[in-house]
Amino acid sequence: MKGLFIISGLGILAMLAEIFKFKKILYPLVLLGIIAAYGCNFMEWNNNMSVPMFGKMIHFDNVALAFSGVILATAFFWFILANDYFEHDHITDHFALVLFALVGALMLTSFSNMTTLFLGIEILSIPMYVLAASRKRDLASNEAGFKYLIMGSFASGFLLFGIALIYGATGTFDLMAIRSYISQANGSIPVFFYAGILMMLVAMCFKVSAAPFHFWAPDVYEGSPTVITALMSTIVKTAAFAAFMHLFLVVFGKAGESWSMVLAVIVALSLVVSNITAASQNSVKRMLAYSSISHAAFMLMAILANNRGFASVNAILYYSLAYSIGSISAFTVVYNVSKEDGNSNIEAFNGLGKRNPFVAGCMVIAMLSLAGIPVTAGFFAKYFIFTLMIGTGFKWLIILAILTSAVGVYYYFKVIIAMYFKPVREGQKMVLETSHVILLAITTLLTLALGIVPKYIIEIFG
Amino acid sequence: MLVGLLIVVPLIASLLVFFTKGKASRNLALGLSIVEFALSLAVFFQYKHNPMSKDLVLNCSWVESMGIHFAVSADALSILMILLTTFLVPLIILSSFNTNYEKPHSFYSLILLMQMALIGVFTANDGFLFYVFWELALIPIYFICLVWGGENRGRITFKFFVYTLLGSLFMLVGLIYLYSHTGYETGIKSWAIGDLYAAGKAMSASQQSFVFWAIFIAFGIKMPVFPFHTWQPDTYVTAPTQGTMLLSGIMLKMGTFGLIKWLMPVTPLALEQWGGFVIGLSVFGIIYASCIAIVQKDYKRLIAYSSIAHVGLIAAGILAANQQGIQGAMMQMLAHGVNVVGLFLIADILMRHTGTRDLDKLGGIRSMNGNFAVLFLVVLLGSVALPLTNGFVGEFLLINGVYQYGAWVAAFAGLTVILGAVYMLRSYQAIMLGERRDSAIAFGSLVSSDKLVLYIICIAIIAFGVYPKPLNDLAEEGTKAILTYIK
Repeated sequence: MKGLFIISGLGILAMLAEIFKFKKILYPLVLLGIIAAYGCNFMEWNNNMSVPMFGKMIHFDNVALAFSGVILATAFFWFILANDYFEHDHITDHFALVLFALVGALMLTSFSNMTTLFLGIEILSIPMYVLAASRKRDLASNEAGFKYLIMGSFASGFLLFGIALIYGATGTFDLMAIRSYISQANGSIPVFFYAGILMMLVAMCFKVSAAPFHFWAPDVYEGSPTVITALMSTIVKTAAFAAFMHLFLVVFGKAGESWSMVLAVIVALSLVVSNITAASQNSVKRMLAYSSISHAAFMLMAILANNRGFASVNAILYYSLAYSIGSISAFTVVYNVSKEDGNSNIEAFNGLGKRNPFVAGCMVIAMLSLAGIPVTAGFFAKYFIFTLMIGTGFKWLIILAILTSAVGVYYYFKVIIAMYFKPVREGQKMVLETSHVILLAITTLLTLALGIVPKYIIEIFG
Repeated sequence: MLVGLLIVVPLIASLLVFFTKGKASRNLALGLSIVEFALSLAVFFQYKHNPMSKDLVLNCSWVESMGIHFAVSADALSILMILLTTFLVPLIILSSFNTNYEKPHSFYSLILLMQMALIGVFTANDGFLFYVFWELALIPIYFICLVWGGENRGRITFKFFVYTLLGSLFMLVGLIYLYSHTGYETGIKSWAIGDLYAAGKAMSASQQSFVFWAIFIAFGIKMPVFPFHTWQPDTYVTAPTQGTMLLSGIMLKMGTFGLIKWLMPVTPLALEQWGGFVIGLSVFGIIYASCIAIVQKDYKRLIAYSSIAHVGLIAAGILAANQQGIQGAMMQMLAHGVNVVGLFLIADILMRHTGTRDLDKLGGIRSMNGNFAVLFLVVLLGSVALPLTNGFVGEFLLINGVYQYGAWVAAFAGLTVILGAVYMLRSYQAIMLGERRDSAIAFGSLVSSDKLVLYIICIAIIAFGVYPKPLNDLAEEGTKAILTYIK
């Protein structure tokens, strides 16, 4: 709860910085603020006083706190990665936009009312539209922002329509009231209520970029500045999944038979489309964009398993943490490589093993984790999803997931092969900023640590 | 405790070696791998002294809520495989002393890391841990082949990696499926091997068949059994010699060992249903691979195919599911491990001394270096399983075991002895005897490290051919224990 206030305050402070001329100290201030927010988050853990606040609009229970923790930790790493982004022009705007996006993300972990859900999604999305277009002289960046805006608004429309239909059936925006409506209805639920659920499903699939609602993702990921792409594929995704999970496991869980088959088809499509398309990409950034669709499919599987206990929540939490950390690591490398080279094509990685063994080593760990090889975090993430799915009626999805994972190995290893096997072009050493070296070291160690002792996260609830 | 040390020492060794430079890395790697061998001997004698000793088991919790434990133990079968691993790794490291690899610290570090994973696979007593070590073993060997391999290594090692990974993922599903069936009585799910055995046995025949195939694919690819073998010859040829030795000498045994410990006791009904079919595949593989080996010109490729033939017989013996079959398989795994490392070293020596492995271009080396000719002959006789060499014990038991399963099967499986003799002796003839070719003239004498490795291997071949009892006793004991689960 306090974390949300602190981040909002930081956002306002960032806007004031332009007027009162303390731009210089804004960066350390923001880092400190995030640490403070994380600290508050931590203090509120297991605090049984937590109740829905503001007329039952927001509820920071332990699940919300856990996801907020993932988001804040990722945000901290992200700010270290993106220090360049806050050096040239529009510094305060960039800060304010990112911080407000974070506010939206935190709201998405903790909403307990349809209005806060919508507000959260919009507060998260609108800054992201601007940030995607923030390299304003670059055509691709403009295109990314524009596409994101159009598609995002379209999805928001779906979301609103779905909320309206559900309101029509239940007469309430309150999530707990909707939940008890489903369990007490005894078969007298009107059809348009289900239509509402499906519309919300479509809207949420847009936000997490699951196929066939993923068409915006590759272009937006490719066109946006690399650091913004990193932001999208980590924080935005985690927040969207927290919301997705809250809606469909907690609220609509009892009406599972109405949406599970649709979701299963979406998962299957996402797995196939993303992996096959990713395999043929030449740009590593774009490859990561497509692979993020496949990771979304994995997390959707945990929602599909619709576990009554906390197993699904734990699995999603672990997966989003593992994926976020792996992605930050990968994007740090991609960012540095493309800074040197001007593009993030696979050829830019040639001979990285010689040019900078440390960076190449970190990239290997990140790729292994994203591909799901033991003993990295990504392996356990996938393993937990598989154990969830084996008890459901969707065992065929596991087989599909395995076959597509093998394709996944192909494109992740393409990067590794390029780094170690392809000859160096100019034989130049690659030099990194110290902060990035530390960031890579931390994220790599975390990836391994999460893989070696997963129990602190996976046993967090239940 | 001791068995935990067996896993930790190579890991620490791997880290230490990673931070050394140049020649120091290989010397340190050699020293530490010898320490590991000594440790495994200590485990062996401890087991002889007291099989129930607490030193031989280690069990601590890993992810308690999912029943995952870090449980390892050294029983009779594991100890055989541990001995094989720790015996071969120093030889493999020693055999690399004459090749100047780039970045030696990474190279030796990866070999030791691989040793850790292999020992983990052989000692794991928890299904999940087994899987983790199984996958972990793949990473170092992939990099060894990728970074230090020969031509086209990118494409070939990649095929190898995807093949084996795909197989392992199916195994993971099979194991998770088993796991989800554990704990019917207690309600607590567990990955412990005993619980998995019990869960497997409680399943219906069709469920067992699913588990059988899901897990068998992984083992079949690793060994490899026909028709999963297509990655193998290319990978063996392309990998650096030490990589090939690791792959064929030890890693291949992960598959056969897994079959004995992790598949047969779990799915006895499926074994009755599918065993015959898989034996058929293996026997077909034996003949197929032997025939291809006969016409090979590249000596390294010839050994690669001979390896498929040998492992086919091992698989057939295991799936025959009787005392002689499994015991023979264990003995043959040990013998094949030692012999194939010797053969690949010989292929490497030929390459280094003459610049070619092409049988057509070689010839008459015996007249240049009689010493080498004798050592080569001993290794070769071990590999064609002449009595009084180590290969004989295993092969005899294997054919005996397969014969009990079916006389006709044994008749075809027995062809491996004849065909093996054909391609092995033919290659010896082409390389060592006959007219002296240009390539042989500059052959010269062997370097001392190669000589040392070959001597050790030859001594091992003869010693265990003449007196196989200590190992055979262990194999017999382990097999009996496994058979109580199967029957």
